[in-house]
Amino acid sequence: MEPGRLQYSWISSAESTKFVDVVKQVTAAIKELGPNQTFLKTKAKVA
Amino acid sequence: MLSYIDKIKEISSRLLKDGTVDMIIGFRRGTMPMMNEPHFAKTAEDVDQLVWDSNCGLNLANYLTNRTEKIGIIAKGCDSRNIVTHIIENKIKREQLTVIGVPCKGMIDKRKINAMFDGEITQVTENGGTIVVTGEGFKKKLEKDAVLQQNCRLCIHRNPVIYDELVAEQVEEQQDIDRYEDIRKIEALSPKEKESYFDELFSACIRCYACRNACPLCYCPTCFVDESRPQWVGKSQDLSDVKTFHFLRAYHCAGRCTDCGSCERVCPVGINMRILTRKLEKDSFELFGWEAGLSLDVRPPLDTYKPDDPDDFIK
Repeated sequence: MEPGRLQYSWISSAESTKFVDVVKQVTAAIKELGPNQTFLKTKAKVA
Repeated sequence: MLSYIDKIKEISSRLLKDGTVDMIIGFRRGTMPMMNEPHFAKTAEDVDQLVWDSNCGLNLANYLTNRTEKIGIIAKGCDSRNIVTHIIENKIKREQLTVIGVPCKGMIDKRKINAMFDGEITQVTENGGTIVVTGEGFKKKLEKDAVLQQNCRLCIHRNPVIYDELVAEQVEEQQDIDRYEDIRKIEALSPKEKESYFDELFSACIRCYACRNACPLCYCPTCFVDESRPQWVGKSQDLSDVKTFHFLRAYHCAGRCTDCGSCERVCPVGINMRILTRKLEKDSFELFGWEAGLSLDVRPPLDTYKPDDPDDFIK
């Protein structure tokens, strides 16, 4: 997995603004990485 | 190490005779060369079948889980560390056990030896540091040190950690061993390169779960791969499923694995899945200063909280 695709944060229930900031930051970072290309299942080959 | 067997038999008969234990868990000769199998000795005749040589690589702690009898168990360094882990995880009680400690000089790599010869090997004997391999039309002497299992070559805990009886003088521990040279090389790869490395590593896996079955840590009543409601992992041979199995199993062994090498030893296709468990062993040591199974008195890092636990990954 690329660095940055998995992120951890500690946000208290009182920290609504931090929550918003983190969500914005994470979604932006993930959009930049694009769709995940690893751990994808290939379609079964059938005759 | 051959000389150990007389002492092992003597201790075993004594413990069985005076009722200290109900059975001895050890090894007997397997049906093929270099394939000793676990042996549960309950009578004097059973004790006669016990063997000890450089083919006792399986981890006998695997057979202790939830046992209720009084058990004498023959333990190398790694077995003893897994016995400690079993006790810490409440899978067996210390009072039930009489640990017969065996200072170990390493086990030989049957896969390596098999690969050296074209024909079938019919007999493998040893004398001190020399291994004699006999087969159809060949007979060759090998240095034991050159054909050790990788985990034994890298071993830094050859002597049993806990024991009630010791069959011989402790052996000298190996010094200045760089346990993680290969792991550092993989760590340095890019995510893309890592992916193809692991694809290659696990491409031969047939999902037989022998590695899990031989592992003393894998004692869950229902393994996550067998669970069907919900089904956590696909059952297919697709590499994404295969890798999910191996990665998750390794994580379940984090901070518990002693690198006994049983998983790799029993793999029918020779996958070195220890690459994963050793990475986690390295992390446990670097992050928590932890080596599994060395003490009955310290809780493992993953079931305790300390204020100074590393948390750099949390933003």
